[in-house]
Amino acid sequence: MSVNELWVILTGIFVAASCGILGCFLILRKMAMVGDAISHSVLPGIVIAFLISGSRDSLVMTLGAAVFGLVTVFLIQLFKNSGVQTDASIGVVFTALFAVGIVLVSVYTRQIDLDLDCVLYGEIAFVPFDRITLFGMDAGPKAIWGTGITFFITLLVVSLFYKQFKITSFDPAMAASVGIPVALIHYMLMGLVSLTTVSSFESVGAILVLGMLVVPAATAYLLTERLSVMIVYSVAVGIVSTILGYYAAVWLDASIAGCIVTVAGIIFGLTFIFSPSHGMISKWWRKRKILQEDHAKQAQLETA
Amino acid sequence: MSQSPLEINNISVAYQKKPVLRDITFSIPEGKLIGIVGPNGAGKSTLIKAILGLIPRLSGEVKIYGKPYKDQLKKIGYVPQRESVDWDFPTNALDVVTMGRYGHLGWFKRPGKKEKEIAMESLRKVGMQDYANRQISQLSGGQQQRIFLARALAQDATLYFMDEPFVGVDAATEKAIITLLDELKKQGKTVLVVHHDLATVKEYFDWVMLLNETLRAIGPAEEVFTADMLQETYGGRLAVLDKQKESSFVLA
Repeated sequence: MSVNELWVILTGIFVAASCGILGCFLILRKMAMVGDAISHSVLPGIVIAFLISGSRDSLVMTLGAAVFGLVTVFLIQLFKNSGVQTDASIGVVFTALFAVGIVLVSVYTRQIDLDLDCVLYGEIAFVPFDRITLFGMDAGPKAIWGTGITFFITLLVVSLFYKQFKITSFDPAMAASVGIPVALIHYMLMGLVSLTTVSSFESVGAILVLGMLVVPAATAYLLTERLSVMIVYSVAVGIVSTILGYYAAVWLDASIAGCIVTVAGIIFGLTFIFSPSHGMISKWWRKRKILQEDHAKQAQLETA
Repeated sequence: MSQSPLEINNISVAYQKKPVLRDITFSIPEGKLIGIVGPNGAGKSTLIKAILGLIPRLSGEVKIYGKPYKDQLKKIGYVPQRESVDWDFPTNALDVVTMGRYGHLGWFKRPGKKEKEIAMESLRKVGMQDYANRQISQLSGGQQQRIFLARALAQDATLYFMDEPFVGVDAATEKAIITLLDELKKQGKTVLVVHHDLATVKEYFDWVMLLNETLRAIGPAEEVFTADMLQETYGGRLAVLDKQKESSFVLA
């Protein structure tokens, strides 16, 4: 494995790990689509941050995007509370903001080097070439720092406030009644989702980040009945998808991000069929067994 | 001198533009089991949620043992409606009951051995100790309700709010809840229960609150829970069958 290959895979692993952790909470809160919304509507934030700062400095763009991520969540909540249906409110907010982002990119596309394809689909293959220098020394690719720091922040926040994240996902009313700041935890989670989305955007792109947010978590949901285990499985599925996806892409000479999410989708499909607890086959098997036992009982009754 | 566990002053609540609760004012004595009764849409659950600060109030003041709600969080236990949560959540019964301790743990402390022991003890009190490690989606409706009660017990509160704990439960659970309510009363705790089944009100509760947008009456069951008062609260939609001396009520 070359050093460059290692950088690419490591970036993917950091993205998969952050997305894997946050995705669990998103799907348990039935908010997968909010992840989708954030991943799209950060686009204008990125562009505006870029226009103001005039640089492709990751930190500035991350901030811009994080602000728009929270604006998105805030707007969705606002519309919802004023009587707009939840799905309609999500749909309106993210498509409108995303469209503004596209307009901004297309207007300024001649002056700036911000490629729409890159924003939408990411180009993880270029990760090793955009490097960062610290104190005059080469400190490795920028994306590693961005995704790595995001991962550690996510890990830190979720571990520190694990019990709050858990109870507000399961029973927000009861959580609020014992004084847990439900709204703050909600915005904390959404802030992390925004951060993750932006740092992932160089690697898997704005659209495919949703795949990494939802598919591994949904897979893990089918495999366990404990939240902590679900998070571990979710991260593991994400990492395995990244590694297999990377080599599949090399082998097929195809989009790396595309291959990563495709592999994740295949793993989900296999889990859906074969999971020992929630899989189609085991469910079918259990139903059959119940039926057989019932028949056996009936037969016994008849002979008796 | 004993403070009233709950004093409500002029609470009003509105959803969108329609007022749901108007000028509710009352206070209750300590150590009573209080049934909150009224027709559908009367604002019974809303009243509890407004007291707990889960929904915004238009006006009004809540005092728990003479102090604002925020200062008395640890004295309050809440049992939401069972359907308000997703029972497919990946967790087991013991873990849900342990959540009753979260309010006592502060920001950073994690639930440990002591919390698990309290949770286990609470499960025992509702007769669910054998189901501690059961995934919550595999429990029956009644068992799920008992898990919620156990969680409230684990909160070790002195003032409890229960939102329709008797809805859709089996006979065993109903009995378990009653035993528990009596137990709480013996310990001098105060419990407010949103209740639907008029036939059992007198049997289960010492005090009754009649609610329909406004507070119609509150007081000892024998004084308040009368045919006339009920007729008024339910707006004449009630057919009273007064056979065999004991009243039973049917919604017309």
